[in-house]
Amino acid sequence: MSALLEVRNLSKAFRGLKAVNNVSFEVPAKGIVALIGPNGAGKTTCFNLIAGEFAADTGEVRLGGTLLSGMRSDQACKAGIGRTYQVVKPFPEMTVEENVVVGALNRAPTVAAARCAANEVLKLVHLDKKAHIRAAHLTLPERKRLEVARALATQPRILLLDEVMAGLRPTEVDEIVAVFRTVNQETGLAILFVEHVMRAVMALAQEVVVLHHGEMIARGAPDAVVRDPKVIESYLGAEAVDG
Amino acid sequence: MNRRALVSLLILGVALLLLPLFANSYLLSVATLILFFAFAGQAWNVMMGFCGQLSLGHSLYVGVGAYVAAGLFVHLGIGPWAGVWLAVALCVALGCTIGFLAFRFGISGVYFALLTIAFAEFTRIGFDHLQWTGGPGGLFLKVAQRDTIDIANFRGPPAMYYYAILALAAGALALCSWLLKSRAGFYWQAIRENEEAAQALGINTFRWKMLAVAISSAMTAVAGVFYAFYYNNLFPEQIFHISRSIEIILGPIIGGVGTLFGPILGAVVLTVLADGITELLAAVGVEVPGIKQVFYGIVLLMVIMFLPNGIWPTLARKLGLVHAEGGK
Ligand SMILES: Nc1ncnc2c1ncn2[C@@H]1O[C@H](COP(=O)(O)OP(=O)(O)OP(=O)(O)O)[C@@H](O)[C@H]1O
Ligand SMILES: [Mg+2]
Repeated sequence: MSALLEVRNLSKAFRGLKAVNNVSFEVPAKGIVALIGPNGAGKTTCFNLIAGEFAADTGEVRLGGTLLSGMRSDQACKAGIGRTYQVVKPFPEMTVEENVVVGALNRAPTVAAARCAANEVLKLVHLDKKAHIRAAHLTLPERKRLEVARALATQPRILLLDEVMAGLRPTEVDEIVAVFRTVNQETGLAILFVEHVMRAVMALAQEVVVLHHGEMIARGAPDAVVRDPKVIESYLGAEAVDG
Repeated sequence: MNRRALVSLLILGVALLLLPLFANSYLLSVATLILFFAFAGQAWNVMMGFCGQLSLGHSLYVGVGAYVAAGLFVHLGIGPWAGVWLAVALCVALGCTIGFLAFRFGISGVYFALLTIAFAEFTRIGFDHLQWTGGPGGLFLKVAQRDTIDIANFRGPPAMYYYAILALAAGALALCSWLLKSRAGFYWQAIRENEEAAQALGINTFRWKMLAVAISSAMTAVAGVFYAFYYNNLFPEQIFHISRSIEIILGPIIGGVGTLFGPILGAVVLTVLADGITELLAAVGVEVPGIKQVFYGIVLLMVIMFLPNGIWPTLARKLGLVHAEGGK
């Protein structure tokens, strides 16, 4: 498998604090990779660097060979990055459907076509019944699904998910894991996801990248990574054993 | 919009078309004023209501639009049908300059609003020193022959101006309604609601904000041209004054920012009630200077306290003109 997303020696410091320090990894085409690590490890910052929210200090990001570094976030989206925000950013006064139409317009030639596409995506994430209420009225788990729907609607080549399962009940986690697996299998969409819910990480990821203090401390198959002493010490603790 | 709303709109349209047949000259002048504010408010609403960019300097475009068309007419004999294009071009250029400075250098929110005020103020001072337009002494158009209609030079009886501004207000409503349903409308609202998220969904926010400014300033320039030919006298002190900008934005705020009918409803409420109060007080023989401003303040306060989304959204629901949730 060839790499779809390549992250090379990526670094970013905030006022001296090295939030991301010389991180390199790949996401293969059609692959699903998890990015884990303790709070403040630099996971969200990694996403922001990939998606063009911030410019990296050093290093580069490529998507399918195209250099993303130096692009603004709208250009990164056009290139094929679809991202969700850990702190959700819905368009509160617009309806759920309108929220997703905005995303769908990224590729759709007309508003009518975007509306069709949006409704497909809403069905996929089980938000179709809420299509006509304003996003302001959604619960937090619903807002997280709206984030996913909007990003999916842009028809990305890779989907970046930032803790979309936080706060979900185990059955809800299984439900949304199933959605991602379906999308991945049916469309070949690659996924890079940040998650503290180990249940989801173990179920979904083909590979896991572990960050700690901005540095990559481990990388490999999920089973191997959770047994890595360094990972257990810095992040998982004893509970990792029951995963 | 449902059927009931459509029928209501139709009846309103017919009533407005027939109004000059029944109204006396006072009523006609009030109606003209209302439509002027409805039109200018609609223009401002494109920028703030749709796209979330607060302009407190729309008097700039009214003033420049008015002065350009009037100057060409008075000095060079060029009629408003040609003048309006130059007025629009100049105002769009000004709007885009402000937009470029602000959006390129990350000036937003309150600071953006201050920048718009600054441009209006600078321009006012500029016109105070511009001899070609008469400086602070003002620029005057020869008052129209009241009974003959001269379409080419846009001179004629009050009813002609009434129909002109009615056409403009109706055209603006149609344009805005179409814009809101188009790609631009979706993008603008997304930018208004959360600019960062909008950009991450592939929207070149700079470009679409510039478009909102361009459309808004162009529409306001046309309002300015109308103003010049309707009122026939222009003073920098008045036309560029910040209170003029405030007057333009009060309608949409009271009616409902971001809605299509808010600017229209707001213009009606403000003009009718403000004029009504002035008339009423005059009738009982009291004259209170500044009563209009006090009244604006009170209405604004009440609306903000009790109907923070403006009168229109609540009224439309009460009258059954929109469906309970999600309707526009
Ligand atoms: N915009 C910013 N300005 C300054 N510091 C920042 C900024 N964003 C992140 N940081 C800092 O960078 C470090 C990494 O933060 P980041 O949000 O990437 O962590 P994370 O791995 O996503 O953590 P969490 O699991 O809590 O979401 C933290 O110390 C954080 O305070
Ligand atoms: Mg994070």
